[in-house]
Amino acid sequence: MLLSEVSTTSTLFQLIPWIVFFPAIGLLINIIFGGRMSEKAIGAVASLASGLAFGIAVLMAIGLAQNHGEPVVVPFLEWIHIGDLQLDWTFRVDTLSNVMTLAVTLVGTLIHIYAIGYMHEDVRHQGDPGRYRRFFVFLNLFIVMMMILVTGDSYAMLFVGWEGVGLCSYLLIGFWYDKGEGGIGNALAAKKAFVANRVGDFGFLVAMFLTFWAFGSLDFANVFEKAPEIAQTMPGVVLAITLFMLLGVTGKSAQIPLYVWLPDAMAGPTPVSALIHAATMVTAGVYLVARSAPIFVQLPQAQNTVAMVGGLTALFAATIAVGQFDIKKVLAYSTISQLGFMVAAVGMGAFVAGMFHLVTHAFFKALLFLSAGSVIQGMERGEHHVAHHQQDDLHAARRKKKQKEAHTFDPQDMRNMGGLRTKMPVTFWVYLTGAVALAGVPPLAGFWSKDEILLEASHLNMPVYILLTLAAILTAFYMGRQIFMVFFGETRTAPAEHAEESPPVMTIPLIILAILAFFGGALNLPGLHTFEHWLEHTFMAFEVELEALPFSIPVATLSTILALASITGAWALYGRKPLQKKQPDPLRKLGWLFTGMENKWWVDEIYWFLILDRYVDLAWFLADEVDWRFWHDWFHEKVILATFNSLSRLLALRVDLGGIDRIANGLADGTQALAACMRRLQTGFVRNYALSVFVGVVVIIGYLMFR
Amino acid sequence: MLPVTYYVALSAILFILGAVGVLIRRNLIVIFMSVELMLNAANLAFVAFARYYQSMSGQVFVFFVMAVAAAEVAVGLSLIVAIYRARHTINVDDLSEMKG
Repeated sequence: MLLSEVSTTSTLFQLIPWIVFFPAIGLLINIIFGGRMSEKAIGAVASLASGLAFGIAVLMAIGLAQNHGEPVVVPFLEWIHIGDLQLDWTFRVDTLSNVMTLAVTLVGTLIHIYAIGYMHEDVRHQGDPGRYRRFFVFLNLFIVMMMILVTGDSYAMLFVGWEGVGLCSYLLIGFWYDKGEGGIGNALAAKKAFVANRVGDFGFLVAMFLTFWAFGSLDFANVFEKAPEIAQTMPGVVLAITLFMLLGVTGKSAQIPLYVWLPDAMAGPTPVSALIHAATMVTAGVYLVARSAPIFVQLPQAQNTVAMVGGLTALFAATIAVGQFDIKKVLAYSTISQLGFMVAAVGMGAFVAGMFHLVTHAFFKALLFLSAGSVIQGMERGEHHVAHHQQDDLHAARRKKKQKEAHTFDPQDMRNMGGLRTKMPVTFWVYLTGAVALAGVPPLAGFWSKDEILLEASHLNMPVYILLTLAAILTAFYMGRQIFMVFFGETRTAPAEHAEESPPVMTIPLIILAILAFFGGALNLPGLHTFEHWLEHTFMAFEVELEALPFSIPVATLSTILALASITGAWALYGRKPLQKKQPDPLRKLGWLFTGMENKWWVDEIYWFLILDRYVDLAWFLADEVDWRFWHDWFHEKVILATFNSLSRLLALRVDLGGIDRIANGLADGTQALAACMRRLQTGFVRNYALSVFVGVVVIIGYLMFR
Repeated sequence: MLPVTYYVALSAILFILGAVGVLIRRNLIVIFMSVELMLNAANLAFVAFARYYQSMSGQVFVFFVMAVAAAEVAVGLSLIVAIYRARHTINVDDLSEMKG
């Protein structure tokens, strides 16, 4: 906050820019020298770069602990100075940003390591090994941008990172841009994410402009110090700031109404889904609200709106997750739902609970996605095995039929799986850990953080509490459904029969994440509130009151019972009598309800109908009617061209031919006529010339004599 | 001693004869001789006035005129010879290539 507060630990804090530079150096090494490096070396450089950033984050945590958690501001670079506008690249080290850097770099490093193994197979499966290096360059760039986002000391720097991670997200969703439906499916998904995020970013930009207009600064310290005063004098503006900020949050953190991009973002490679679209980037919106806590607490109606958006999203996305068959789509909707939990938490003022859930969610959702990636690659290996086996098959007709089957095989469809527990034991156990953590079963991480959100909600906002509890029930159910469909029962297809476990480079990060997902709840155990006391320093600095609620047995018991009950329900439907081949989902009996969940409540179609088709119609109208018929046919052809033609005709015929040419031709004609007269004098007879000389002399002399 | 008027009159008569000769004769050599006649008429006027005014500058001029006339004769006659060789005529009315 104030530079004078920097004491003995100041040298430690001077290292903070390296949290950005280490990944940047890593990506530069891979860009410049990566072409001559082996895949292992590329992966090692990228992982090391991310790991060093984690080291810096740890050093910052130590520094903060020595500094009694007091925030430190490290000026780094003067960026833009125009009049009142002073934008500097300044690092802010406080407990909030430190939590983010620790979580992002820790999970990021593990995912980097995992990706060494995953991408090795993926690039071969997709048939373009040359993109291996590009993947790690993008991944490191993402870490750079995320670090800029969370360590910036002003909304401007936060926005730089915000846009940067959006770019990385776009690049990585479209990583296999030439694959997907019709060869453009992935590119379309990337575009969708980018456009949806633009809408949100527009909101964030407007919020930033309004902030600068109202507060005269974009620095956190200046804005937050003035927040109570400005909220008194112009509450409307501050409300607008918070609501536009909420629009930005709905874009980046995939909340209603802009969440639609996140499920499509699963087109990216699985480590990307884990890192960007589950664990870190999408939590940027939660971080933004938590960071802007001093503004949000000024306006209860803004807080209610945010909490309501989060609660609705949590429930809505959870219902969709129940009806999905794609293993990654289930997790994607689950992510949206969990982000809804976080947004609801930070919205209603439970900033610590929201941040706590952010961290534990980063652990177990990254774990789930990476395990899902492991499952998918196990299936692909099985598919490869089957396809390879067919080569030796002598029966041509049968081979043909099987190839056709293999061609349409979807390694992500849970209906094609089943019984993978014995085929991929490590993946099964870590997946189970992640799923149970997400479902909210004690004593795993998800239970503590989710329970804290529910507890706060039961005190602060009853409707949101009900929404979140319903979402929590569905969460436990769809995770149970997924576990039973994927890992239990009998293998339903030949590839699942031949699925193989992933290599250690992938399973070891999974095991570490599983440990984190198991024990992550220890960060903020009831009664100890370590995490709360840690974050207190950041929030108290701007007089945001935090209240650690005592552990509530009824709330915890209720949510535990509900979670266990819905897992039992999932077992009853999917575990007791496992799905057989081609057997329809038992939930189909729900009729339209399940159809709705399976088809994502037709939100994409509604958006298409309400907005995109209208937009396309408008575009056609503008193109056909306005541009072509009005501007081109009428204005250009009739007005401009006709005027121009008549004007040029006037100039050509009247002015040029009638005026200028006539003068020039007249001069020439006159000269010729004169010359015709004069040539008569040139008789060629010497005596004539002599006579004229003589006459001339006589005339001159006569003149001289008689003048 | 004769009055200067007589010399001047003779000079005028000679000049007019020369001028008329230049204007009406067609033979280049005759025209050429008429030019010489005009020069000598001028010379006569110069010396007559020099004598009359007791000034030597007139006589100096005569020497210049004679020198120029000699040079002119040299150039002119050679031109006439060249024309004759090219055209086999020295009739000025036949030399009308400069007609416009």
